[in-house]
Order: sequence, then structure tokens, then C-alpha cells
Amino acid sequence: MLFQPINKNYHDYRIERDKDLCINCKVCIRQCAYEAHFWDEARQKVRHDNTKCVGCHRCEALCPTGALCIRLNESEFRPNACWRPIFMKNIYKQADTGGVLLAGMGSPVDIPVYWDNLLLDASQVTNPSIDPLREPMELKTFLGSKPDRVEFAAPAKGKKGKPKLTTKLAPQIELNYPIMFSAMSFGSINFNLHVAMARAATELGICYNTGEGGLHKSLYKYGKNTIVQVASGRFGVHAEYLNAGAGIEIKIGQGAKPGIGGHLPGEKINEKVSETRMIPVGSDAISPAPHHDIYSIEDLHQLIFALKEASRYRVPVSVKIAAVHNVAAIASGIVRAGADIVAIDGMRGGTGAAPAMIRDNVGIPIELAIAAVDQRLRDEGIRNRASIIAAGGTRCSADVVKAIALGADACYIGTAALLAVGCTLCGKCYTGKCPWGIATNDSKLSKRQNPDIAARKMANLIRAWGHEIEEMLGGMGLNSIESLRGNRDKLRAVGLSSTEMDILGVKHAGR
Amino acid sequence: MTYVIIGNGVASVGAIEGIRRLDHEGTIVVLGNEHVPAYGRPLISYLLAGKIGPERLNLRSDDFYRRMCVDLRLNTTATAIDTKKKTVTTNKGETIPYDRLLIATGGVPFNPPIPGADGSGVYNFTTLDHAQALIAAAKKMKRAVVIGGGLIGLKAAESLFDRGVDVTILELSSRVLSAAFDENAGRLAARRLAETGIGVRCGVTAKEIHRDDKGGIIGVLTTDGMFVPCEAVVVAIGVVPNSKLAKDAGIKTDRGVQVDDSLQTSAKGVFAAGDVAQARDMITEDNRVVPIWPNAYNQGYYAGRNMAGAKESYEGGLAMNSISFYGLPTISVGQVNPPKPEDYEIAIHLDEKRQIYRKLVFKDDRLIGYVLVGEIDNAGMYTSFIKFRMPIPAETKRALMHGEPGVFLWPEQVFDKTWNPAGADK
Amino acid sequence: MKRVYPDKEYCIGCHLCELACITVHSKSQDLIIAYTQERLEDGLKACKRFQEKGPTCVALSCRHCDDPACVAACISGALQKDPETGATTYDIEKCVGCWSCLMACPYGAIQRHPTLNKIVKCDLCRDREGGPACVAACPNMALKFEER
Repeated sequence: MLFQPINKNYHDYRIERDKDLCINCKVCIRQCAYEAHFWDEARQKVRHDNTKCVGCHRCEALCPTGALCIRLNESEFRPNACWRPIFMKNIYKQADTGGVLLAGMGSPVDIPVYWDNLLLDASQVTNPSIDPLREPMELKTFLGSKPDRVEFAAPAKGKKGKPKLTTKLAPQIELNYPIMFSAMSFGSINFNLHVAMARAATELGICYNTGEGGLHKSLYKYGKNTIVQVASGRFGVHAEYLNAGAGIEIKIGQGAKPGIGGHLPGEKINEKVSETRMIPVGSDAISPAPHHDIYSIEDLHQLIFALKEASRYRVPVSVKIAAVHNVAAIASGIVRAGADIVAIDGMRGGTGAAPAMIRDNVGIPIELAIAAVDQRLRDEGIRNRASIIAAGGTRCSADVVKAIALGADACYIGTAALLAVGCTLCGKCYTGKCPWGIATNDSKLSKRQNPDIAARKMANLIRAWGHEIEEMLGGMGLNSIESLRGNRDKLRAVGLSSTEMDILGVKHAGR
Repeated sequence: MTYVIIGNGVASVGAIEGIRRLDHEGTIVVLGNEHVPAYGRPLISYLLAGKIGPERLNLRSDDFYRRMCVDLRLNTTATAIDTKKKTVTTNKGETIPYDRLLIATGGVPFNPPIPGADGSGVYNFTTLDHAQALIAAAKKMKRAVVIGGGLIGLKAAESLFDRGVDVTILELSSRVLSAAFDENAGRLAARRLAETGIGVRCGVTAKEIHRDDKGGIIGVLTTDGMFVPCEAVVVAIGVVPNSKLAKDAGIKTDRGVQVDDSLQTSAKGVFAAGDVAQARDMITEDNRVVPIWPNAYNQGYYAGRNMAGAKESYEGGLAMNSISFYGLPTISVGQVNPPKPEDYEIAIHLDEKRQIYRKLVFKDDRLIGYVLVGEIDNAGMYTSFIKFRMPIPAETKRALMHGEPGVFLWPEQVFDKTWNPAGADK
Repeated sequence: MKRVYPDKEYCIGCHLCELACITVHSKSQDLIIAYTQERLEDGLKACKRFQEKGPTCVALSCRHCDDPACVAACISGALQKDPETGATTYDIEKCVGCWSCLMACPYGAIQRHPTLNKIVKCDLCRDREGGPACVAACPNMALKFEER
């Protein structure tokens, strides 16, 4: 194209505008954050520039006449099994810019999704199934360290009454559903969505995680349903913050970018973000790759107990790590260091920004990680000492059920929650111009998320999943999520190798 | 409770609606000296111009008085008020007792003594009868002189011209619309009228009306010695409060009937509203007669509410006029001709070619008046700054001066209170 | 009474409310015809007044005030207060285009019709089942129709 780099035409999407339907009302122009649609003064009509389209579908969604359709650009390079177009385009891009390829949201690469190879059981004839609409069904989940054994004291001699529990229980997070909104920091997503998550979590009786950006003062009132996170940047961490929530989470790693820190560009640091993160407006918020005070399990132990001290042992402390090769051994160390909860983030987990090479090539799938960690902790006899949370790539209620059957106590959902409020996985979070008003602090764009709507949608999603989980549990003849935890006998594999089945701890279908 | 309303103009309609907001039971008696129910008085120029038919004059639907349970007595003139006995006497010999009385007798045209004015062919233009008389006369009329270049005079001239009459306007002062508008607006309006063929002569008035042997008008001799031939003269110099009835009853009058902040006169239970009343003005903060339509309705409305027992203070009238001359809209609100201009900040934007004019008058960081000609779409937004007495910081002033008023220039709390008051869910 | 309350915090400036408004007030009841034909040929115009300043925007329309300045100013009786519903009603047949209401309304809720010598004003979509179209069309719940 004229005056453009020569590879500009190798764009990903094509905007298709139906001439009969388009009325030139300009709604698409106003909605597009990337200026792909524009008003052509000379022609007196709305036109578009395909090269600017990021495939977010915002225009298509709001077009009042349904005149727009976003398609993949069908221009094709010569087929090449090795040099797929994505590699070619990335090279063109880097040859132009000399920069690291950035990416947003979870990895789209074709790495096995084990959920799809796992099938659930159902009762037939014997051990009859349960109808959750007629009989009680318990999804309540407690996260936190459970005692090795419980002791009771009988009522004093000659006195009536029930035996009393004498074992001192560790603090627990009580959830009405085995699902939580995972850590998405205030800054990476905007305030409206934090409000929405807080409200939805409160309404549902679950928790949302603040992420590493601190907690805005106005959201302290949702503290009972909040897990506050402490990450390597220590943004917004202070005594009040640590005591504001129902739990504290130390973030060591993130599934989308294991081994990598974070970088929230200065443009995203507005007044509110600044006061919450305790950094100046407009300054970059850089989270170092490691915690500079953690170089060993002992150091982690120290931080866990520092946080427990700071919160006077009232709330459980979680440690979140990315699912990597030695995840089982690392998890074991974390539990021994005193963590009450271990959150494991699989490689398909989302991110606001990550180097594409890291996102697409580092880490392991969550299914394998959960199974490995659960097994390891059982083998070591310490599984009761910590709850396990599975994060990264939970797409539906069946994934939740499978995760729990593999050994998780609960799931974190991030991408699914964002999809509920409109995200179309265009993956351009790192530009800060999210047309759906999610991964942006632009005051014009972030208005697109009305917390009233967003909270309702998030709550609807979890309720819907809750119903489905109850149905699946009932079908298996179970009446409580507790009975499913680590119950791998309820899973069968299809199309997996014996190594994979061995790691997952499941039999092949038919066995 | 018996309410008696003398007069059946817009103030009377306002009063009926005001009373009925609060009192659905009381008796309302309305005395109207014309033969028709309340009509849109300014519409008589549209009627004369032939733009609307008589069926569109009524200010309210036919069943208005029935729905409002009003005893409407047409062709009835109040002849006396007895504030002690609390009665009103009519030209039909009735004596009507009242608990609350509203004097809404309006104004009467001011007719200065002009030699030759007595006799046929001299008209006023404030009532339906006047309009109908002119419509009938216009059929035979070729030329007419309108004395007075105010709003009524100009509309009379325009309407007669639309009927095919050759019209000359005589205005004593140096420009037309001198009362409600300023010089630039007056000039633009006069130009528009002149362009269409209406003669506009300022600085002169009628010295004498000349008649032929049969008494028919042949022309008007002006003060500058010119002779303007015509067959009819419309005297439209202005109206004066019709306050004789009140004065005779011993009610305090000045230029009009004096009222307090509740629109009550010096006589207890007797209220006054409309062109007859001398009531509070929002800008000048004194009591004066501002004979304009919205004030009349509002005074009637608030008088009505107070008559029905509300103890509300009338916020004061705001002078405002909106009038178009052959498609050239003009609007004037508040104080537009300040007496000592040096004490005010006045911002003017004038585009003679496109006939667009904007004048804003600021005083102590408040907007107190404006004139718009041509582009009037944002008028109400300017009105808000005057009416709500909003402070005007420099940035806001700049925007207003650029002709860009808007709700986002309002103080935040005013915006929220107006547009998004805390809902039930908040 | 139920009124339309605009929320500037969540108005995203898409103008879909205007499109809904003109559709409901069109002869064709068809957005495409209303926008591409009736709007241009008959001067069909939305009753909303869109205001924008920096990132903030809002779509305003008649507030149906308790004591409306427009009714006081209306010389023709076209604007009236409906004592039953509380709505400020507008009878286009009676309007003579004197623009008094446009001057008197401090909310800027009244606009001129582009081709007729008449005004355009919100009627709360009185004939529409389900209330005002603008509220139904708003994708972000920035317009609410409720009792306050």
C-alpha cells in the first residue's frame, strides 16, 4: 500500500460491510478503538482500513443493522507445514521493529488440551444417580489447611451435650462454588471490572483475587470476598491491605509467562491506579521476575509467615506458581514452607501482556500439573495441609469438574470471566486500547464496562456453571463436591498415551 | 373553597392548572370578558397572516374546563371587587363570593392621542377581535401604517404583509425592537423585514392621521413631515396593565397591581398574575411589570398553587422573547440592554453576511442575558445559566462566548441533581 | 412517574439511542429506511440531544419536569402537562414553531425539526410496548427508565 511498509497488506482480518445494510450511521467509527473505520468526507460514507482491524468484533457487535462481518483475511502464503504464516508474519514484524513480540490473553497455540481427552463417569442401575433439583447438593468448598487429625472432648461427666472439637482449625476461605475469579490486577483491567468482580463474588459467596495492583479503598467493603495478592512489585501492599481480604496470595509466577515479571506501561497509570498501587501517575509499574527477597523455600517460608503475622493468622496464605516442569516438587516445598493454599497456573492462562515466545513456549498444561501436584502431596502425606487451586484454561463447568476430579479444590477463572463481559480474545490487551473496555484504563473506553451489567453477567456465569456441576455430580451419584475431589476413578481418558494417563492417574476409556 | 379568577388569558389557565395540582375539590369560577375560551394570544399574528385557522387558537383542548371542573363564564366582565365582603360583581349584575381571588385582567393597548385617530380604520392588535377586524379589513386594504416597532408592531406588519397589504412601520426610537432586543438584533430583524418589502422607518412617528371627506383614512403625516398614504393604521405601541378594577377596590397599585413574593396583593386572599401584575423579576430582583407570555403563565400557576394553600415563593419572572421574522429566528432572554454597559461584560459575535448574531451579557461572573439571531438551537442551554444562577468560571465563559454551551459546563452536582438524581437502587 | 435518567458515567457515545428513537418515530418503523430516507427527506430527527466533552458524553432528552418551563412558554397549547400520566405532552399539529419552548427549557431538551416549522421532543415512546426505545437500545444501561 502507498506510503506503508510493504508487509502492511499481510493483515489478519478483513472487514466485510454489507452495502445494502450499512446506513453510514458511524456507530462502528465511534466503537473502533483502532480507527479501522473512518468517515470518508469525499465519498460521504463510512469506510474501513482492514490493516488496522484487530478482530475484536466490537463494531460487528454494535452495528445496528448487522451490516458488518469480520473475517480472517483469506490471502494465503504458499502452504508450508514448517513455515506457517504466523512465523512469517512475526519475522516481518520484527524485521520492521526490532522489538520483542508482545501478546495478550492465553496462548492460542495448538498444545493438547487434556480436558478434551478426559471423560466423566455417570451412574447406571447400581449406585443410582441423584437429581440435584430434588435432593440436596453441596458445592460448598473450604480453602485452607486441614488438620492431620481432629480431636474431640466428651462432655464433662454427668453433663449432657455434644462432644466438642478441641483441635484448633486453621483459617479457611469459604466458597459457595468451587470457582473464584482469578488475579487480574487493577491497572491491567480497569476499576469498573474490579467493582464488578467484587460485587459478583459477594453476591455469589465466592472470592475474587485483586491481582498484584493493590485494592482500591472503595472496594474494602467487599473484603470478605476478596483475596489480596502480594507480588514481586509489592504494589499497593500495606498492613491495611493485607488485612482487608479473606485471604492473602503470594504470586510467584503466572502461567502465561513463567519466569517473567510484569510491566504495566505508564500510560495505564491514572489517578486511581496510582493511589492504589502507591506509585506516581504515569510511571511504569515494573514487577521484577523474581521476588528479590525469595531465593529459597526458606525465604518463602519467611514471607508466608511475615504475612501471617501481619494478618494475625486470621486468613489463609496462598502461593501461586506457574505450572512448570518440576511443579510437583515445587508445590511440595511450598506446602512445607507453610502455605495454606497452592494455586497452580497452567500455560494456557491469560495475561494482559507477555512476550509471545514465553507465552507460547514456556510452562506445562494445567491438567498435568494438577494431577502431578495432587499425587505428590498425597504420596508425601501432606495433601491435607494445603488446598490446591487450578488456574489457566478453564473453559466450562466440565473443565472445573475434571480439575477437581484430578485433585484440585477449586478453580480460578480469568479468561472465562472476561469472556462473560464481552472479551472476544482478540489478544490486544497490551495495547491498552481494549475496545470492550476491559484491558484499558482509557476513560472513554473503560466506560464500556458498566459494573451493573458486568457483575450480573459474571454472577450469571458462575450460577450457570454451578447448576451444571450439580447435574454432573448428581449423574455420578455424588451429592457433594468433596466426594469428587481427587476421585480420578470418575475420569477416563480417550486418545492419550500410557505416559499421559499415568501422569493424570486415569484409566483409558473402556477400562 | 371557592376560587374566582378574573380574566381568561394564559395567567388564568396557569392558575387553573396550579390550583388543580393541589385542590381537586374547590370551586373555580373564571370570568372571561371575551366570547371564546382562553386562546394563544400571540397566535393572532399567525391567524392574521393566514398561517393557521381559528380552530388552532385554543390554548387547551375543548374539554379542558370540564376536566378541570371550572365554571367558565364568557362575555363576563368584573365591574367591582369588594375585598371586605369578598365578592366580585359582574357586568351581568351577579355578585360572586370568593375565598381566593385572582386578578388576571392582563393589559390594554396604549393609544396615544394622535389627531385623526378617532374614527374607522384605526386598529389595535392584541385580541382575537382585533385580529378578526383586521382580517376583514385587509381584504379591502392596499396600504397600512403600523405605529410602533416593537414585537406586536412588527408581527402585525408581517402578518398584514402576508395578506398582501403594503406596510410601513413607524418607530419613534432609533431602532426597532428597542425594548426586548438590542441594536444589532433590531437591525438584522429590520433588514429581514425590509428585504421582503416592508417599509421600516425609525426615528419618526405619526403626527396626524389624514382622512378624506367620508372619514376614510388616506394617509399618515409623520413627525419628519413625510406623508405615507394608507387606508388603515395599526397602533401597536404597547400595553399597559389593566389595573383599574384593582385600584378601585383599594388594592395597592403602582405601574401594575403590586404583589408580594407569594403573588398576593395588598388585599388578603386576593392575588394577581400576568400582564396586570407587578411582580418579582429574577434578574433585577425588584418588582416590575414584564408583560410576556411565560411570566403570565408562571405567575398564574404559582398564584394558583398559593391560592390552594401552598406557601411557595415565586422565583421571579425572566424576561424572554422568541420571535421569527420571515424565517429569521431571534431570541432574547434576561437583561440584554444593561443601563450602564461599562459595569457589565458583554461578548458579541456578529456575522452580518449569514445573519447570525450572539450577544452575552455577564455580570459578576454570572450570565444575566443573551440575544441570539439566526442560530438559536442552543438557546435553552444559555437560559440554564441565567435561570439557575450558575457561577461561570473562565473556561465556561470562553465556551459560552464561542457559542458552545452545554450541560458539561454545569457544576457537577447541578448536573447530577438534574439528570441523574440518586435512584432507588443507589 | 417513570422517567428516562441518563448516566454520563456509562454513556459510551455510540448514538444507538438516537437510531432507536428515529426508528420508533418513523413512518416505516424500519431503521434502514428511517435513517437513509426519512431522516434525509422528511427531516426525521431523534429526540435526544447528545453532549460530549472530552471522554464524557451523555444523551439527554425531555425530563418531563413537574413544573415545565416549556409548557409555560408555549403559546399554542401544543405543549401541555398530562395531569394523569405526568408526562409533558406535545401535539405537533398545534405547534406553530415560535421556538419559545426551545428558549425557555433550561435543559436543552427541545430541538427544531430540520424541515418542518415544528419542534422535536421526547414523548417517552408512549405507544411503544416496553417503554422508551432509547433505553431498550442502550447497550450499556446508561439510560434507565424508572421511578425516582
